[in-house]
Amino acid sequence: METIVYEEPTTYLNHQHSVASWLLTYDHKRIGILYLIVVTFAFFLGGIFATLIRLELATPAGDLFSADVYNRMFTMHGVTMVFFVLVPAVPAVLGNFVMPLMIGAKDVAFPKLNLLSWYVFTIGFIFTVASMILGGVDTGWTFYTPYSSQGSESNVLLTGIGVFITGFSSILTGVNFMVTIHRMRAPGMTWFRLPLFIWALYSTALVMVLGTPVIAITLLMLVLERGLHLGIFDPRLGGDPVLFQHLFWFYSHPAVYIMILPPMGVISEVIACFSRKNVFGYSFVAFSSLAIAVFGFLVWAHHLFVAGISPYSALIFSFLSFAVAIPSAVKTFNWTATLYEGAIWWKTPMMFAFGFLGLFLIGGLTGLFLASLGLDVHLTDTYFVVAHFHYIMVGGAIMGYFAGLHYWWPKITGRMYNDTLGKLAALLIFVGFNLTFGPQFILGYLGMPRRYHVYPPEFQVLNVLSSAGASILAVGYVLPALYFLYSLKFGAEAGANPWKATGLEWTTQSPPLPENFRTTPVVTEGAYAYSKREMRVA
Amino acid sequence: MFSGFSLFPTQASTLAPEIDNLYLGVILITAFFAIVVVVCVTYFAIKYRDHTGDKIGAPITGSVPLELGWSLIPFVIAIGIFVWASIVFFHIVRAPDQTLEIYSTGKRWMWRFQHIDGQREINELHVPVGRAVRVVFTSEDVLHDLFIPAFRVKADAVPGRYSAIWFEPTRVGEYHLFCAEYCGTRHSGMIGTVYVMEAADYQAWASGGGATAGGTLVQRGEGLFTQLACVTCHLPDGTGRGPSLAGVYGSQVTLESGETVTADESYLRESILMSQAKTVKGYEHIMPTFQGLINEDGVAALIEYIKSLQAGGNRVASAQ
Repeated sequence: METIVYEEPTTYLNHQHSVASWLLTYDHKRIGILYLIVVTFAFFLGGIFATLIRLELATPAGDLFSADVYNRMFTMHGVTMVFFVLVPAVPAVLGNFVMPLMIGAKDVAFPKLNLLSWYVFTIGFIFTVASMILGGVDTGWTFYTPYSSQGSESNVLLTGIGVFITGFSSILTGVNFMVTIHRMRAPGMTWFRLPLFIWALYSTALVMVLGTPVIAITLLMLVLERGLHLGIFDPRLGGDPVLFQHLFWFYSHPAVYIMILPPMGVISEVIACFSRKNVFGYSFVAFSSLAIAVFGFLVWAHHLFVAGISPYSALIFSFLSFAVAIPSAVKTFNWTATLYEGAIWWKTPMMFAFGFLGLFLIGGLTGLFLASLGLDVHLTDTYFVVAHFHYIMVGGAIMGYFAGLHYWWPKITGRMYNDTLGKLAALLIFVGFNLTFGPQFILGYLGMPRRYHVYPPEFQVLNVLSSAGASILAVGYVLPALYFLYSLKFGAEAGANPWKATGLEWTTQSPPLPENFRTTPVVTEGAYAYSKREMRVA
Repeated sequence: MFSGFSLFPTQASTLAPEIDNLYLGVILITAFFAIVVVVCVTYFAIKYRDHTGDKIGAPITGSVPLELGWSLIPFVIAIGIFVWASIVFFHIVRAPDQTLEIYSTGKRWMWRFQHIDGQREINELHVPVGRAVRVVFTSEDVLHDLFIPAFRVKADAVPGRYSAIWFEPTRVGEYHLFCAEYCGTRHSGMIGTVYVMEAADYQAWASGGGATAGGTLVQRGEGLFTQLACVTCHLPDGTGRGPSLAGVYGSQVTLESGETVTADESYLRESILMSQAKTVKGYEHIMPTFQGLINEDGVAALIEYIKSLQAGGNRVASAQ
């Protein structure tokens, strides 16, 4: 064994081997891997629920599951995917791993807090999985009262507590990231030399710290209402069921930006790298992240246009919802302009980034339909909404997560995966995704409501298309798991910088040293200084 | 049923074409942007492709005029959509003055409807063509949502308060009625059919069958008004311990706080069920709460009776 130790360079992976060295690690890179394991498990769990939902919906009748089982399926799909995949995927997995590397730091500002975040997250997840094993929960991931406080006979308390606990992990990670980005940047790494992924993570951390306490309070109120009948949401006791929706969406709409801002940051990195260019309009892209984070807090009631709010407040929230679309549009135009006169290298991460552009574009533009008051009355609570948010959450966030995973995988593991299979996965996911969720826009306008276990037969054609698409999508998601695992043992050595990218994370070895850099790097140029390279100009 | 496959639901109300036009308009605008971006991305990705990964791109960092252009132009267009959609929205939420009122209650997992003439039905709603109909509804348990895709209207049914939708059917036929707010086990079974009938057919239906057995809604309300002893305090001439209810519906009521509220269905409903919530200026808090003593159908009947009382204490026949 000793000979191998001498041959291999020391990395964060091989300098310690015991299980305890992983479970008690303070190393941001190892904690990133710990998150990766839990998030991947959650992703496949949520994926299984999704598969079963699409199987059931292939026929109009409820022939596979009872209504109660179906209701639990879509609830647990939503809870798992939102709180245990979408929220943590990019910040906690990729952010944890690469953020300190990208700013030239040895670790995050509070390494022990970082480990605590993972434990809190995992304990919350265990509570939630326990609630599923004990019979599940059937309120929908939105936990609307009074169904959740009085009507439902499922495990609302246990799930609520699980999500409540998990929220603290978000808050702790947010605080940790903010302090790290403020205080731990390498000499010369000024704010406007930061990679755009860091700007995105910073904006996200802001939302996590300010928004998550509100969902925690809301879930606590729900738990108290359900346990003690305090009358906060019960109209018979003078409470207001719609109050819950205000509180819930005050967090959960900004949470959409927790889910999409970090993948947007990933896309900026990937597009810059594989176009060999500066991101067009760097400061506009950076500030659009902050603008989204701030305006994201002012649009929550657009989820309540038919819930009985005043038509005048609906006007204000509709206007603000149109306003928040502009920074996202600015980002999209800047990414497109970045490609102009680039030297575009068609590698797997870029294929995922192209996929992101297409799907996020549709997701964003269909958001305008729902922000339009006159259309939202007809469209809300239908499959149009389901399609819209899946285009943002899965087409945008998960596509961006996959782009990032494929981009930094050689850095994380030191190995290359099969590029052809990677491109095939990107293609399968893109095609499968559009086939799954495209028909749902039409279904929604035709009037098919969400969360329907059985449906009128005229909706079947579009549902069959959707279920067929989901099977392609499933193959697209399983494929990366296979070639990633294969690459760990058989993949080619990646070397420090397989993509010939700029950025401090590519200046250190792959996998990185336990302490990231041998000497603290000194930064003398912006994040995407490709044009200063000694290379042939395109 | 597959033969009926289409991309648009049937247009069966006066609002439907307005909403469909807005939908098409927004599709055209967004499709323009989507096509521009997709064409640019595809063209650039192919034209500037580099197989080696060794070349570098042009040293372009950005352009302030471009940034301003693609921020401001979409913003102006967004404002345009916002204004258009908001105008349509106010057509959806503002019912015309003269409507045929129908009361409804959602409960797990059915919709009950009560017509002015006394007809009651479950998961079926009969309405006349060419006449503005307003459905006033609430929920007895959890949230529900009354959604009629062919009319392009929906609103949540919230326990403890009234919601309303209005529509003017334009086409005789049968249409889906859905619950669109998740309400538990048989949410997807909480569906029904709207029957749009010729006016004469509706009139025959509304006054036929067992409709008159329980009397009209106003008659039932009048019965309850006596039975629950409302009549002992709410004297028509205003000399009773409670305010006169003649002409109260639709009027401005001054509360003891000095605040003024419009006495609409929601106000009347709250004043019956939670009588202490709002007290009329100059009166004492002596009215008992009727929560638990009267069901939603009874509340609707009482409200319809109060609406029939005009100033001066005269009763008017319900609009027929």
